Amino acid sequence: MTKARNWKKAAWVTFFVLPGAAIVFVFILMPLFMSLFNSFFSWNQLIRGEFIGLENFKKLFTGYPYQERFANALGNNVKWFVVTMLVQNTLGILFGYVLSRGIAGHGTYRRIFFIPVLFSIIAVGFLWGLYLKPKGMVNSLLSLMGRQDLTRAWLGDGSIATYTIIAVNIWRWVGFPTLVFMSAIDNVPAECTEAAYLDGVNEWQMFFRIVLPLIVPSITIISVLTIIGSLNVFEQVYTMAGLDGPPNYATDTIGTLFYRTAFGSVDSGAPEIGIGSAIAVIIYLMTFGISLCSILFTKSKEVEL
Amino acid sequence: MNTGMRYRNASPGKKLFIILLQLVMLTYVVLIIYPLFNMVISSFKSTRDIMLRPFSLPESYSFENYVTIWVDKGFGRYFLNSLLFTGCAMVFVVLLGSMAAYGIARYKFRGNTLLYMLFLSGIMLPLKAAVIPLFQIVKSLGLMDNPFSVILVFIAMGLPSTVFILSGFMRTIPGELEQAARIDGCSDLRIYSQIVMPITAPSIALATIYNAVPIWNDFFFPLVFIQSDKFKTLPVGLSSFIGQHSTKWDLLFTGLSIAIVPMLLLYLFMSKYFIKGLTAGAIK
Repeated sequence: MTKARNWKKAAWVTFFVLPGAAIVFVFILMPLFMSLFNSFFSWNQLIRGEFIGLENFKKLFTGYPYQERFANALGNNVKWFVVTMLVQNTLGILFGYVLSRGIAGHGTYRRIFFIPVLFSIIAVGFLWGLYLKPKGMVNSLLSLMGRQDLTRAWLGDGSIATYTIIAVNIWRWVGFPTLVFMSAIDNVPAECTEAAYLDGVNEWQMFFRIVLPLIVPSITIISVLTIIGSLNVFEQVYTMAGLDGPPNYATDTIGTLFYRTAFGSVDSGAPEIGIGSAIAVIIYLMTFGISLCSILFTKSKEVEL
Repeated sequence: MNTGMRYRNASPGKKLFIILLQLVMLTYVVLIIYPLFNMVISSFKSTRDIMLRPFSLPESYSFENYVTIWVDKGFGRYFLNSLLFTGCAMVFVVLLGSMAAYGIARYKFRGNTLLYMLFLSGIMLPLKAAVIPLFQIVKSLGLMDNPFSVILVFIAMGLPSTVFILSGFMRTIPGELEQAARIDGCSDLRIYSQIVMPITAPSIALATIYNAVPIWNDFFFPLVFIQSDKFKTLPVGLSSFIGQHSTKWDLLFTGLSIAIVPMLLLYLFMSKYFIKGLTAGAIK
């Protein structure tokens, strides 16, 4: 009897889970292992050569021009992470908090704030690319306000180009953490906040002592998504600056470097599958490793009600 | 929730804080609405006009640009392809994703956590970095230049987060509901489709918008796997404007305006459920 029931249960589980799991396995997990496999071989265009161990990784970390490009690109990814984490997620938590606490117009705000996410990255790239041209809307607006001194080549000046693209990306995405934090704060039990109010806490204490500790799980999710997003920046740079991370690699990221390597144009102009795969493996390892660390770190900060 | 951010009755310091915040949020609203508005009105202007007088309103509203891009530039076909690809992919993302979430969330079995981790790892692993092996896989399946390649990759792209969101919600459904149905003689399939799925609707709206938007807007995978013009999607058509020296801005803005309509409709249609889905504990 129980055996038959167990079989039946196993059959149902298989029926429900197998199709999805199979697709994820074939199109996500298998490519991961194939990247690892590919990174151990030398490649002549698209034809696999002999096994060369860690030679591709060595070339990436020590050979010209990869070492320099890789370090430069990774540095930019770090900028993406730090600025996004500090600006976008702080804004998101602030917006989410005040929306959840019923600031005037909160219903309209929360609907509008998500609209930029709906724009395709191509639209974002073109629109803001146009606005940020030396003679574009942003600069003419600044001149109009009498602040000529602030006008600059937002995307042409290597020292600020990356930050410009990050700012546009924050414009596009801030609604997402806002809504996630808003709903997390909505879910904080009313007893907690009401009791705190009766005890006479001010808004600051309410936020830092009561609400913040209770929404740690959503902070974890947003942090992990920020890490993943920052390590995988590609389209933003591609559409606003270009594949080579102009000017002079100032906006280059691992994503664009990977693309140039895999499809050819870094060293000799031919696709470098071996080194491209090595970059992919490093992207995987970093994403996985850092996400895991931050999950473990924030897990330790979680409080149970 | 209680009335923590009401302007009235607030202390002077808090009033200032609320005013500042309102200013920041209103600025952001303008920063959102203006580009949207600018994009649409630019589609009625000429490239010369867009460049010389970017702020001005169009002199006349003719749909000439729309006809040009829809018919002559083939965007009508791209649009249909995009609808078809995204629609197909999303049907399977929601169907297979909710099935897998149900299996993982509502059954106890060995390997349960492992399976959950399999899907979770899909959120963490960037699919774009896997483009070389994906290329090899698609080629060995004989699916190059075939819409199925892109649709399958899109399904794989959407499944992990869908399973994550839906299983998170399904875990919160009380078990009694299911047991009662089982006693009444419901099969597992009926419990899934007629009891669990309707309750899960807000979370499904969340998962749908969360995944339909990037899938609709993706130009990377169609660019890599599709060569024939007849299978190209809207973002691929739009991406052909990238890096051109004499961009036809009027047509570009027309194309961009067309491209955002379906997602805007989907969002407006679903936003109520979408926000409910967020609050329903899908993301705690």
